[in-house]
Amino acid sequence: MNSDITDRRNPQSWSLTRSLFAIHIDALLFILLLTVLGVGLMILYSAGDQNTALLIRQLVRMGTAFVGLLILANIHPDRMRDMAYWLYGAGLILLISVLFFGHEGKGAQRWLDLGFFRFQPSELMKLAVPILVATYLAERPLPPTFTRLVVSLAMIIVPALLIAKQPDLGTSILIASSGLIVIFLSGISWSLIIGFIIAAASALPVLWYVMHDYQRQRVLTFLNPESDPLGAGYHIIQSKIAIGSGGLFGRGWLEGTQSQLAFLPERSTDFIFSVIAEEFGLMGVGLLLISYLMIAGRGLFIASNAQTSFARLLAGSISLTFLVYVFVNVGMVTGLLPVVGVPLPLVSYGGTSMVTLLAGFGILMSIHTHRRMMSP
Amino acid sequence: MARSSKANSHVAVWRLNLLRVMFVSLLLGLIWRLADIQVMNPDFLRYQGDARHVRQVPVAAHRGMILDRHGEPLAISTPVHSIWLNPQEIQATDKELVQLAKVLNLKSKSIKKKIEQNNGREFIYLKRRARPEVVAKVKALDIDGVALQREYKRYYPTGEVASHLIGFTNIDDIGQEGLELMHDTVLTGLSGLKRMVRDSRGNYVEGGELLKASKAGQNIQLSIDLRLQHLSYQALKKAVIKNRAKSGAAVVLDIHTGEVLAMVNQPAFNPNNRRGLKPSDFRNRAVTDLFEPGSTVKPFTVTSGIKSGKYDLNSIINTHPGIFKVSGHPIRDFRDYGEINLATLIQKSSNIGASKIALDMEPEQLWQDFASFGLGEATGAYFPGEVIGNMPDPQSWRKLDRATMAYGYGLSTSALQLARAYMVLGSGGILKPVTFIKTETSTQGRKQFSSDTMQQVLAMMEKVVKSGGTGTRAAVSNYRVAGKSGTAKKATAGGYADKRYQSVFAGIIPASAPRLAMVVMVDEPSAGEYYGGAVAAPVFSQVMTAAMRLLNVTPDDLPETQLQVAQH
Repeated sequence: MNSDITDRRNPQSWSLTRSLFAIHIDALLFILLLTVLGVGLMILYSAGDQNTALLIRQLVRMGTAFVGLLILANIHPDRMRDMAYWLYGAGLILLISVLFFGHEGKGAQRWLDLGFFRFQPSELMKLAVPILVATYLAERPLPPTFTRLVVSLAMIIVPALLIAKQPDLGTSILIASSGLIVIFLSGISWSLIIGFIIAAASALPVLWYVMHDYQRQRVLTFLNPESDPLGAGYHIIQSKIAIGSGGLFGRGWLEGTQSQLAFLPERSTDFIFSVIAEEFGLMGVGLLLISYLMIAGRGLFIASNAQTSFARLLAGSISLTFLVYVFVNVGMVTGLLPVVGVPLPLVSYGGTSMVTLLAGFGILMSIHTHRRMMSP
Repeated sequence: MARSSKANSHVAVWRLNLLRVMFVSLLLGLIWRLADIQVMNPDFLRYQGDARHVRQVPVAAHRGMILDRHGEPLAISTPVHSIWLNPQEIQATDKELVQLAKVLNLKSKSIKKKIEQNNGREFIYLKRRARPEVVAKVKALDIDGVALQREYKRYYPTGEVASHLIGFTNIDDIGQEGLELMHDTVLTGLSGLKRMVRDSRGNYVEGGELLKASKAGQNIQLSIDLRLQHLSYQALKKAVIKNRAKSGAAVVLDIHTGEVLAMVNQPAFNPNNRRGLKPSDFRNRAVTDLFEPGSTVKPFTVTSGIKSGKYDLNSIINTHPGIFKVSGHPIRDFRDYGEINLATLIQKSSNIGASKIALDMEPEQLWQDFASFGLGEATGAYFPGEVIGNMPDPQSWRKLDRATMAYGYGLSTSALQLARAYMVLGSGGILKPVTFIKTETSTQGRKQFSSDTMQQVLAMMEKVVKSGGTGTRAAVSNYRVAGKSGTAKKATAGGYADKRYQSVFAGIIPASAPRLAMVVMVDEPSAGEYYGGAVAAPVFSQVMTAAMRLLNVTPDDLPETQLQVAQH
């Protein structure tokens, strides 16, 4: 396999022309992303009290994120594999330093101030973890041995716990699932999977004790939101009311009363889905969810057509983690899951998650567009 | 290696497909959940949504204006804002509370206390009807849970001048006294209902769906002539101050229509600022307070005598020696008038003469004739707190009661009632209801006495203001005045007080074609003079002199030279 790749690398001149004249990009994925981002801006205008300044800041972030996407799409997947350990190591160091020097925002210590900009190391880990686990497992024939399995689990659990400690349960869950998806795709036996599930289930009560008070409160509220309608249950009740008010076709753009009258909290960030549901109804959110599915579907197509185990594992993980994002957020605002603070991908206001998400899609595009150079 | 890679890629693809199916079903599950919330069971949530931001809010109706007969405003409503607070939604920092307290001129501690004491409520007023600049400052502070409510504030442009008559409304815009109370339902209108949308701070969003339009209250046009009201106010106030009197009242009636053209009381109050006033200060004494009319009833006694046929213009009554004992009680005149006719009786105000006429009559007849002047019955004005006076049953009368009745003791009237009785004299014997509302047509009344009799009595009353009469100071130049003064000792518990008097003057002008009737009553003058002719009569003269000019009444008493000028 290694020899294959070396073979494809010549002639030198050909490779040079390609990198000079062709930009590695997947048109279909690109158009789908642009569509959802465009709709997202429209929603944000409504949810953010028609504040154009907010919209411009989001546009600037999108621009930055697209630059990131284009850069990554044009880096060969092998370079990423080479970088995997370094990336992960750097991420881990940053995560630990956040524990000591981090800035607090909304009661959680997640930010690292680098003078000119503030940086959330957990976002780096969203990519570093699946890249490393995929690299590590693909080094040897699959399915992995038990030892390698345990090592890769450790690679996942350490950052996940560090991030949960910040506390940022949402990101922790996303990172854990991105790693676990890689392990699942690597073909471990079903008996092992079931064993893990049982182990995880029995660890749940332990989790209760390590959780922060506010996290416990969220779980309790999730189980019975009406118990404290003006306090902890307020978010979820207001959100359900907003969604319910939308009906089949919604109240219309800028017409949602729950959101426009500021009853709905966090409506431009985590709860933006409720605004869409109120203003565009079931039809609107149905279309949005289908767009998400199409984006993930394209990602999974790329994964199926990837020619190396590493690429396949990584592409599968990125696409499916994207869907986990969607499910956790929508589950959260519809009261199916506890409120863990996961934004709606590509739509919620906020910078770092946008950059990471589009970077992930950049990797997908890179995997797809660098394919021909790896096979006859 | 290639084989294992291929095998494992097969596994990976298979597992990818498995996850794909799993995620699609998860997505379908989400859509199912959304459909459940949005389409299948949305009613509860929609109701909850509405419960959070839709309120039915009463829309204050504009209270009608009170106008004088020429359209001058006496009471008007201006829109103002009240500032209120929701103790359950208030989110103010200590600094904001201090700022708020400063703007409202309150103590931040007291606001805090108010919030704590009312934490179960959703609405407490911080400041009713705040001034516009205060409202603007509160708006600028933009504190969650502090909001504005639109209301109307009543304003009385004439202030003291018509205070007792107009009355006032309370903080909730409901009439409390006077005409504001009397015509409250007409003035109030109907408050409407609006479906309003509230944002999460509790502020109402502009607009809203009108469920029921508010109906503004109707304006009321009074019979009052603000100019006469002003004149009466000034003249009465001057008299009360000059004579160091306790209080005073004056009423001007239009004899043709029964309309009240002016009604004033002293001491007056400022209806726009009633701080520190007692309810008794608000009494419209001209209709709510009774007094014994004294000598002002003598024209009625004489009317009764003429009507009975026992007396005419030539009848002579012996009042010698100026003291007359009835059942052992002495009745006195000012001095011994000797043998007098009816005109002199009125002019000199002889108590003995009046008593003798009364004792010559059947008690029922006298009572009936007094009643024909409207004494002891409602005036028809229906003013809040109006009293109908006291006319004792003739069957209970002793001889002395009949005698004293003739010169105004043992019965009581209000100033308005007495003015209405004088209207009978001025209108040729017709008793009319009085009204505070402007009327275009002259009101129908009951004919009580013949026009001839009234003419005769008026002619006698003209002598009162001529030289030798008791009311010369009521004279109005160029006009003939028919009037009668009265001075009554004040009735107190256990008899009549010695040095406390009520000074009255009642008059009609112009005597040849009566147009106005006016009663002036001054209570307890204490600056020396106390005769009605000295204390009350000047008020009549001052007001009527100006009124004749204002109402453009043709003079009926021009001196010869002036008459010639007028005829040329």
